[in-house]
Amino acid sequence: MIGLAAAFLLLAKGRIAGISGIAGGVIYPEQKDDISWRVVFIVGLILGGLIYQWTGFGVGVTHITAQVSTPVLVIAGLLVGIGTQIGTGCTSGHGICGLARRSPRSLVATLCFMGSAVVTVFVVRHLLGGV
Amino acid sequence: MNNLYRLGAALIAGTLFGFGLAFSQMIDPAKVLNFLDITGAWDPSLAFVMAGGLAVNALVTPLILKRSKPMFAEFFRLPTKVEIDARIVVGGVIFGIGWGLAGYCPGPMITSLSFANADILTVFVAFVVGTFISRWVLAHRG
Repeated sequence: MIGLAAAFLLLAKGRIAGISGIAGGVIYPEQKDDISWRVVFIVGLILGGLIYQWTGFGVGVTHITAQVSTPVLVIAGLLVGIGTQIGTGCTSGHGICGLARRSPRSLVATLCFMGSAVVTVFVVRHLLGGV
Repeated sequence: MNNLYRLGAALIAGTLFGFGLAFSQMIDPAKVLNFLDITGAWDPSLAFVMAGGLAVNALVTPLILKRSKPMFAEFFRLPTKVEIDARIVVGGVIFGIGWGLAGYCPGPMITSLSFANADILTVFVAFVVGTFISRWVLAHRG
């Protein structure tokens, strides 16, 4: 489904479905005439979550619970924002679209964030015993 | 009129993407952290979600790019850079730490806003701030 959605965006608009890039263009726009479709896409992301809840598929996930304390959430959110902008992409843009286009940049990016995420979870869960 | 089609296409793509993230439980941070916890109680199911998305795209992307232009736009806009620079590594590592800490990457984070709870709002606002600051710095560095 995610793959089809990303493919559809490429087919219809010729754009890559990289969420951090799409959001970045709204949060700090580089071109003023390039915002509306991004906002609509983001509304769609939320709408998709709502439809999921309304249609009753939400059996496994009735509510999404954060796993960590508020300060950690803030730090995590900041790092995700900073990292995806410096690294020009996130799980969708590099991990799905980029790898599908066989971009070597995206392969390196994906290995870096998967690797550092795995290491982070290991350190937090098994060395520190949770934060 | 064409503009309306474009926005409609963006809405459909976004909605499908969001529903896909929710349906596959990518939006559950507990599930994401278990997926990343390869030395503990590893839950590999999300690997199939990512692999599935990747497989569909890997098959369809070359077919789409054979067209001279997209359906509702004048040309394809794809990243053109191929060289591997420090930015991609540093950014990737920073993003990964943030992802590993809380279990939210940008797509699921935004889709989770539909659950309207304080924690998700917190992480989202922090993401917006982080994004704004880095884009501002990157733009003003020249």
